[in-house]
Amino acid sequence: MVYPTHESCAHCGHHHELSVEDLRVRYRDVDALQDVSFATSCGACVALIGPNGAGKSTLLKAVAGLLPIAAGRILWRGTKVAKWSREIAYLPQRENVDWHFPITVRGVVRMGRYPQAGWWRPFSPTDEAAIERAIALMGLADLANRQISHLSGGQQQRVFLARALAQEAHVLLLDEPFTGLDRNSKSSLAATLRNLTEEGRLVIAAHHDMDNVRDIYDEVLLLHRRAIAFGPVAEVFTDAGLEATFGVPPEQGKEVA
Amino acid sequence: MIDWLIEPFQQPFNQRAVLAALLIGLTNGYMSAFVVLRKSALKVGSLSHALLPGIAVAILVAGLHDWSVFLGSLFAALLIGLGSLAVSRGSRLDQDSALAILYTAAFSGGIILLRRIGVAQEMQEWLFGNIMGLRNSDLWTNFWISCGALGVLTALHRPLLMTLFDAEVAATLGVPVRALNYLLLAVLIVVLISSLQAVGCMLALGLLVTPAATVYLLTDSTNALFWGGSLLGGLAAACAVLVGWWFNIEQGPAIVLVLGAVFLVVFLFGPKYGLLRRLGSRG
Repeated sequence: MVYPTHESCAHCGHHHELSVEDLRVRYRDVDALQDVSFATSCGACVALIGPNGAGKSTLLKAVAGLLPIAAGRILWRGTKVAKWSREIAYLPQRENVDWHFPITVRGVVRMGRYPQAGWWRPFSPTDEAAIERAIALMGLADLANRQISHLSGGQQQRVFLARALAQEAHVLLLDEPFTGLDRNSKSSLAATLRNLTEEGRLVIAAHHDMDNVRDIYDEVLLLHRRAIAFGPVAEVFTDAGLEATFGVPPEQGKEVA
Repeated sequence: MIDWLIEPFQQPFNQRAVLAALLIGLTNGYMSAFVVLRKSALKVGSLSHALLPGIAVAILVAGLHDWSVFLGSLFAALLIGLGSLAVSRGSRLDQDSALAILYTAAFSGGIILLRRIGVAQEMQEWLFGNIMGLRNSDLWTNFWISCGALGVLTALHRPLLMTLFDAEVAATLGVPVRALNYLLLAVLIVVLISSLQAVGCMLALGLLVTPAATVYLLTDSTNALFWGGSLLGGLAAACAVLVGWWFNIEQGPAIVLVLGAVFLVVFLFGPKYGLLRRLGSRG
């Protein structure tokens, strides 16, 4: 199979695969996830779809290295994901963030350079350039000095994306990025995610809104504690697949809660 | 009039008290920014009360020394903190309830014990502070604690702030979140103990919350929050010692009352997030 080449993969010289094998994650005594296996690669935009409590956030956190794995393994470029990696960025749900925290847009984006700068070291010109480039790419240049509560939902999501870009992350893990956004912000965020994907990044997002799945994503993982199905949108995102995931056929055009 | 004003500066114990108040206020004010950003005022309050039984037991076992009081407080704070965690994990109670049960019980035990072991006359000092009774050695202890705490906190400012903002994201960027949380707790306990002489364990919470909480209503800048809280804590504490001398008010309560008054003014008239401003912009 011939893989397309991407500019943002050039530094590693080969194709990048994320593979999850027989993953099991336990919360206290309950299996939050079991027997989850799928493999995807950079240049793909993947939707995680399933009911509340299906383990979408858990899977994202496991890939980000935040949770202990009870069984199975997660490989990125052939090696097990560690507790943290500069190449993997985790973007939390907006509602879990303290937006009144006294920090500016630029302050949040600067956090992305922590792996390079460490505990004390002042940011190098390279770091500063990466920060400003990320801010500009996400269209936040005019808002860079604003406190983060004075932003719209779409702009807040872009701040997190800018931090991931400053980090030079290759895998972007987003938890419900479209929740609470208005129509315009949704379509503009969708376009941004498409761009980031086409530049060669791997985008994985937990997703609620059944309406726009086909417009945004290449692949879908149907999830309900275990992997129900994984594959290209056209093959997996079907009425039968959704019924197997949600128990009842969800009405198209409605948000599935 | 002039004599009355400069009188407090001529007494050595007064000079010491003003200096100590400045140091303790600066350190507690800086620390208060962490407490406010973590929204953990309630926990810190329980922790400060938990110090009393530790002090009582320490005096009982090893006599009244700087080091015994310090170790006793540290031990009690850890015991109550970890104990509440154990109770909440081992039952269906939440940690705040468990903490409340443990620290009120321990605090009561501390009061009964302190009354019985013959230092009852000092009870007042443990509860509300006695900054006028400081010796030179106490001043030096406070100085080194302030240097140590501010040194550690400013050196680790970047990862600490990331942890406070979003611990999970910080962890995915390689910040040792758990270790930093323990470190922050340790520094907090040390700072808390150092403030006992000024305001006692009943009022310590005021010095560890009000300064940064007040500045929080004035600014969106992180640096302003930390150093503004520090400055406010130091100045308010030093002024309160003088005010206490001039008007014959107990210094410990005076410190917390001055801070409370500044907070009230800012809460009402703050140019950015003040109540009047908000009501005005709504109407």
